[in-house]
Amino acid sequence: MSTTTMQRSADVPPNVSAVPGPRRARRTRRRDHEQKYVLVGLILFAIYSVAPVWWLVVNVTKDRRDLYSTNGLWFGHWNLGANFRQLADYDDGIFFRWLANSVFYAVVGAAVCTLISVMCGYALSRFSFRGRNLGLGIVIGSFLVPTALITVPLYLLFSRLGLVDTVWAVLIPSFVSPFGVYLAKVYVDASVPEELLEAARLDGASELRIFTQIVVRLMPTGAATVFVLLFVSNWNSFFLPLTMLRGSERWTLALGLYNWFTQKNDQIADHTTLTLMGALISIIPLAVVMIAMQRYWRTGVAVGALK
Amino acid sequence: MTTTSADGTVRRRSTWRAAQNRAGAAFAVPFFAGFVLVFLLPILYALYQSFYSVQSAGGLGIESSSSTVFVAFDNYRRALSDSHFWMAMLRVGGFAVVQIPISLGLSLAAALLLDAARERATRAYRLLLLVPYMIPAVVATLIWVYLYSPKVGPLTKAGSWFGLSVNFFSPAMLWVSIGNLIIWMCLGFNMLIIYGALRGVDRSSLEAARVDGAGAFRTAWSIKIPSVRGSLVLTGMLSIIGMLQIFNEPLLFRSASPQTVTKDFTPIMAIYSQAFTNNNYNYAAALSIVLAVVIGLLSFLFYKFANRPA
Repeated sequence: MSTTTMQRSADVPPNVSAVPGPRRARRTRRRDHEQKYVLVGLILFAIYSVAPVWWLVVNVTKDRRDLYSTNGLWFGHWNLGANFRQLADYDDGIFFRWLANSVFYAVVGAAVCTLISVMCGYALSRFSFRGRNLGLGIVIGSFLVPTALITVPLYLLFSRLGLVDTVWAVLIPSFVSPFGVYLAKVYVDASVPEELLEAARLDGASELRIFTQIVVRLMPTGAATVFVLLFVSNWNSFFLPLTMLRGSERWTLALGLYNWFTQKNDQIADHTTLTLMGALISIIPLAVVMIAMQRYWRTGVAVGALK
Repeated sequence: MTTTSADGTVRRRSTWRAAQNRAGAAFAVPFFAGFVLVFLLPILYALYQSFYSVQSAGGLGIESSSSTVFVAFDNYRRALSDSHFWMAMLRVGGFAVVQIPISLGLSLAAALLLDAARERATRAYRLLLLVPYMIPAVVATLIWVYLYSPKVGPLTKAGSWFGLSVNFFSPAMLWVSIGNLIIWMCLGFNMLIIYGALRGVDRSSLEAARVDGAGAFRTAWSIKIPSVRGSLVLTGMLSIIGMLQIFNEPLLFRSASPQTVTKDFTPIMAIYSQAFTNNNYNYAAALSIVLAVVIGLLSFLFYKFANRPA
């Protein structure tokens, strides 16, 4: 192995540092060739990822007859407006109630949880109180606790506390995120210099004031990252609301759509167009948040990968 | 004189430190209070519940029709010999063994392609591959159930062009259908984790390999893949934990084909149906604990196995 390398480097004249002309050309040609395969592969992956969404977009514009009879991947008779009106009128616009509920659960849950996480991350990063290492261990260890497993026991506990079928049953669990705390700690480690805190303390600033005036201001990026990741997981939440909520006026979008979808199979009414329209609309808020805040959740994913 | 004053300063500083650390601990209180309420208490309560059982006490002359009695390990004994529950576990475990390597392999392939592509192209493709990640899991499942549906979806029709009559909801195809759905949902996210690790690979060693005449495939195999092993382990572990908790997808498939997807098709579905169909909360609590132990054990073993010295 090493001998061949040596032989090869031996037949290149020592005073020529770059690769000779014809060989470099061959290499560039090969790289162009490779680039073609790379692009074909990426295009196939992109089609796979986007095609189902394309199908949804196309079929939301169709009336019920076209939905069943025309090619699913291209437009039929344009019926988007009527489909939207049907959705808006159904059950006195219950869909928009669900939309508002989902936004409420996701935003309030993520906002409170971000605050709690940043506070705790700051505490774990910059103080050395008794139990700190245990706390850190608990935070990291509970990444492994499957949330779906907690849900049924949580239901038992919340029904004892009288919280089942209230807004709190969904909100309270979303306030607590070990991953959020871990992420916040990583950001505090990186962006809140110890010297600045010491200087503020010497100036006689209280710990609360240091937190609100210095720490919070130093980590808008960290807080935004934590917020986006929590928002996404709240928006996706299904098992928890399914277990906790009974009355349809408190449901989330996912729960409402699931309900319409199962009703379709009871053959009472065809809810397919309703469900499709609702599904498309439910994607929009999440997509807007994620595209607008791409930079944040992408770093969050990277940090998550490093842990 | 000077020594006492120095002593005083030291003491004052240390009490100052202690006060400061108390304040620091106070910042951690909200999270850990919530942690106790949302994680610890439910687990303890489930443990407690799992040792009791509601028994109807007819014929013994007791006035109440049912009472909660301490049954020690009866629920666990029943759980360990519950063939439906363990069938569900095996079903999902077997599925995970096949699905996770395929899923990770595809994510790795996508990440390697993205890493090998010219800088210009990567932004757009990265965003396109992440489109599924922006779709709520339940909505993604809905879309695919419609795509698979012989009435609305194009896939069955496309199959018949090639002379295939595919029923995506048949017992033989069901796991393939669900597996594809999960790959679709996770591909972009897993790719992003692996891609992040790939970007961290030392560029000079890649350049050296290229000068030595290694092609893209060789570089990927000998340099890039070994250096993202950590990320693969992480995504693999998260996938296992996620897979054993699989619930949403089969639940929605159940409403499309209730004969194939039974009410205890996966472990969580079995727990859910014990709790909310049979109203046997005590037994459901015991099953939750058993599943938690199994998942914890598997994660541990996987972690040990994947991190063993080569």
